[in-house]
Amino acid sequence: MAQWEIVIGLETHVQLTTASKIFCGCSTAFGAAPNTQVGVVGLAMPGALPVMNRGAVERAVKFGLAIGAKINQRSIMARKNYFYPDLPKGYQISQFETPIVQGGGLTITLEDGTTKFIELTRAHLEEDAGKSVHDLFDGQSGVDLNRAGTPLLEIVTEPVMRSGKEAIAYAKTLHNLVRYLDICDGNMQEGSFRCDVNVSVRPVGQKEFGTRREIKNLNSFKFMQQAIDYEVRWQIEQIEDGKKIVQATVLFNPDTGETRAMRTKEDAMDYRYFPDPDLPPLVVSDADLARIKAAMPELPEAKCVRFVAQYGLSQYDATLLSQDGATAAYYEAAVKAGADAKLAANWMLGDLAAALNREDKAIEDSPFPPSQLAALIVSISNGSLNSKTARVLFEKMWSDRLQIIAVAGIEAAIDKYGLRQISDSGAIEKIVDEVLAKSAAQIADFKAGKEKALMSIVGQVMKASQGKANPAQVNDIIRKKLAGI
Amino acid sequence: MSWNTFATVAETKRALDEKKVSAVELAEHYLARADVLNPTLNAYITLDREKTLAEAKLADARRTSGDTAPLLGVPIAHKDIYLIDGWRTTCGSRMLENFVAPYTSTVVANMAAAGMVTLGKLNMDEFAMGSSNETSYFGTVKNPWDLSRVPGGSSGGSAAAVAAGLSPASTGTDTGGSIRQPAMFCNLTGLKPTYGVCSRFGIIAFASSLDQAGPFAQTAEDCALLLNAMAGFDPHDATSLDRPREDYSRDLARPLAGLRIGLPKEFFGEGVAPDIAKAVEAALDVYRKLGATTVEISLPNVKYSVPAYYVVAPAEASSNLSRYDGVRFGHRAEQYDDLLDMYKKSRAEGFGAEVKRRILIGTYVLSHGYYDAYYLQAGKLRRLIAEDFKRAYEVCDLVMGPTAPESAFQFGAKSDDPVKMYLNDIFTICANLTGQPAMSHPCGTDDNGQHVGMHVIGNYLDEARMLNAAHQFQLATDWHKRHPSI
Repeated sequence: MAQWEIVIGLETHVQLTTASKIFCGCSTAFGAAPNTQVGVVGLAMPGALPVMNRGAVERAVKFGLAIGAKINQRSIMARKNYFYPDLPKGYQISQFETPIVQGGGLTITLEDGTTKFIELTRAHLEEDAGKSVHDLFDGQSGVDLNRAGTPLLEIVTEPVMRSGKEAIAYAKTLHNLVRYLDICDGNMQEGSFRCDVNVSVRPVGQKEFGTRREIKNLNSFKFMQQAIDYEVRWQIEQIEDGKKIVQATVLFNPDTGETRAMRTKEDAMDYRYFPDPDLPPLVVSDADLARIKAAMPELPEAKCVRFVAQYGLSQYDATLLSQDGATAAYYEAAVKAGADAKLAANWMLGDLAAALNREDKAIEDSPFPPSQLAALIVSISNGSLNSKTARVLFEKMWSDRLQIIAVAGIEAAIDKYGLRQISDSGAIEKIVDEVLAKSAAQIADFKAGKEKALMSIVGQVMKASQGKANPAQVNDIIRKKLAGI
Repeated sequence: MSWNTFATVAETKRALDEKKVSAVELAEHYLARADVLNPTLNAYITLDREKTLAEAKLADARRTSGDTAPLLGVPIAHKDIYLIDGWRTTCGSRMLENFVAPYTSTVVANMAAAGMVTLGKLNMDEFAMGSSNETSYFGTVKNPWDLSRVPGGSSGGSAAAVAAGLSPASTGTDTGGSIRQPAMFCNLTGLKPTYGVCSRFGIIAFASSLDQAGPFAQTAEDCALLLNAMAGFDPHDATSLDRPREDYSRDLARPLAGLRIGLPKEFFGEGVAPDIAKAVEAALDVYRKLGATTVEISLPNVKYSVPAYYVVAPAEASSNLSRYDGVRFGHRAEQYDDLLDMYKKSRAEGFGAEVKRRILIGTYVLSHGYYDAYYLQAGKLRRLIAEDFKRAYEVCDLVMGPTAPESAFQFGAKSDDPVKMYLNDIFTICANLTGQPAMSHPCGTDDNGQHVGMHVIGNYLDEARMLNAAHQFQLATDWHKRHPSI
């Protein structure tokens, strides 16, 4: 049996965050009643003309600068002609021969920590189509044009990915980047970030690409993984059964987990691209470029390097904390509020991440603000809490949605839940004595050289103190007492 | 009230300013004349007495309240390609037979701001595709000078209405000569400004890179007044020129001494009827007497104008007309099986033969594998023609020649042979391909007594100079003062 190599390239449609549409002043807000956000331009009324939204151009340039691409300072808007009811003009205004962004690439990090550079072919500006509504009117279809004219940046990779995992990692990295740059809200449920995945397979060692099929409109990473897995299996099966792959556009059905051909190359359309005579060449002046460059936010990679240098984090922690803007901002706020840099990283990637995940909350909506996490960490350093009681306090405050401002500081919160660490050696000795009195067997074991027995005694003392005793002190006192027995 | 129905815009404006006539009286006069003559001429597709009188009353009220808008109360009729909010706008097509515009085009809004009162919507070739006004779904327009002849096209209604005294002025659009050729056929002055001077927003697109709005009137002076009202930067049209407003009347009175007129040998060769050439020569003598000098020039690439045009214009049109799909507005077939069938039937029923021909040509030349050979090549020709003119303007100020190789022809004379019809625009098309301003003014008659137009092509944004030349010519001649006995 031949060994198969998977070849994947992605085309991602990223809705840009402009308040108005790409060629008119209508709102791009999601979820309005059908056809309430469409005017004469969007309806393609006779005589209506498009005018370029410079905000969309700026966002495209921002993206191009972030991925080290060439910015074409003079790019061409072109018409892609085809008939469909959700395409009011009978053509989509897009870019064909000269896109605004050319080349560049992104570095992805896989789960095993290896990295790979994904080269991009291009990114071009275009308008989104409306939506056909098939289930609202009996025997008829409706059209909702609210989405028509929403600005899109279509980002196209070279066919350089070699596994579903790489494709997902790329999509996630891109998803992070566009949100970082604040050019896309990244909302996949609402269709703000949609991926078309081109998949082919070839025997390992073969130079030529296999015939590809394009899986359209995947709007979750989970579906993307499932769709790629299914498609790869299907293609290999076909070839091993002696059948040929026919170039096609396919849809993924999340219910069955299968892909199904929508149209093949034979009925591929001739889009009759030509430069749109209504729109002069799209010019990005040197001044525009300089202004956008100056306003660029710090990018994830640069931030990661800085986190390692400035906060002494491991590469791994720094990568995780710099991946998205909100997480990075939270982290730096916590450190600024006095938290130990390493402990803050541990807490964010541990208990805080777990709590957020449990409630499916984004970090920007965390009920536990960074200043509070900092206070919690400080109270460990100053001995009010030990690491165990700190976790208990975190969970209690989280579930009670308690904010320390409401209880006049973290110290008050510690007392409210009775979690203050016991560092009074008299009190600890008393508990130790009680435990030792009931632990003849363990004492004997310890005397016989079994260190483990000590741990058992410590555990019982901690338990008896409800976890509040200072663990270091407990250890010391037990050792002293045992030495004296 | 007795009103000279052939009063110019300048005279009408003066009468209004001197309160010798009111806007309502003028509107009533032209509407009454249209009631009598339009059944014969078919110049108007839509008249709406109520709307017109409401606008006229508003103009009179504005005057009473002290408004001094330059053309306050002067009537204007618009080619039915301009959208006007609430007015039916058909573009001469069954496709838009019942389409009521939901907004107003910038040019019409500008003219309304200048005080002009809309008399109605004028007949035209379907989607502005034609040179004789024979492709209109609403029937042919008769030339008021000779009812057996065409008025020219595509702005045939615009020319016929002004020539017949149904309106002091009208708007047209010019994609390949659609203002200048009918102006010649109906003995009027018509101007196609530099591409981008008038906004295209709200004007139904034929070929976007060639379309330009412009005025029809009896005189160059009127055209200047009208262009003052029509022109101006429009943020709704990305191809509109962002420049300060100018007064196109400013140079009208300037003497022509020193004016250099270039005469391209390509405009005076074979293909031009001898009697037309003769009339043009005589008119050039008038220009010489006024102090102008003439110099022979050559525009070697201008012979490629027609082929280049019949690639570019249909290509853009095929795409521009895709929006007429029966989904949101316009004609939809009554019965259809599915989506594709609805598209096919609606478009087959809604469009006429000439429009379909051009959609087919345009679709073909843009097809994969043909684009480079046709559309791209045509683009190169446009640049070559523009370079020819650039060289010409090193030795002359204006280029002149006949507007069309033949005068107004009989109905049906060319309707079976599209190429013959297309060749009627052989001299006018080049200015659309390059975007230069060009106009036609009356300059004589041929042996049949049909009118001959002098074609004046200016350098970019040189409208004031062109209007100056034509105005001085009109001060010295009376061709433009002749009116049909209708």
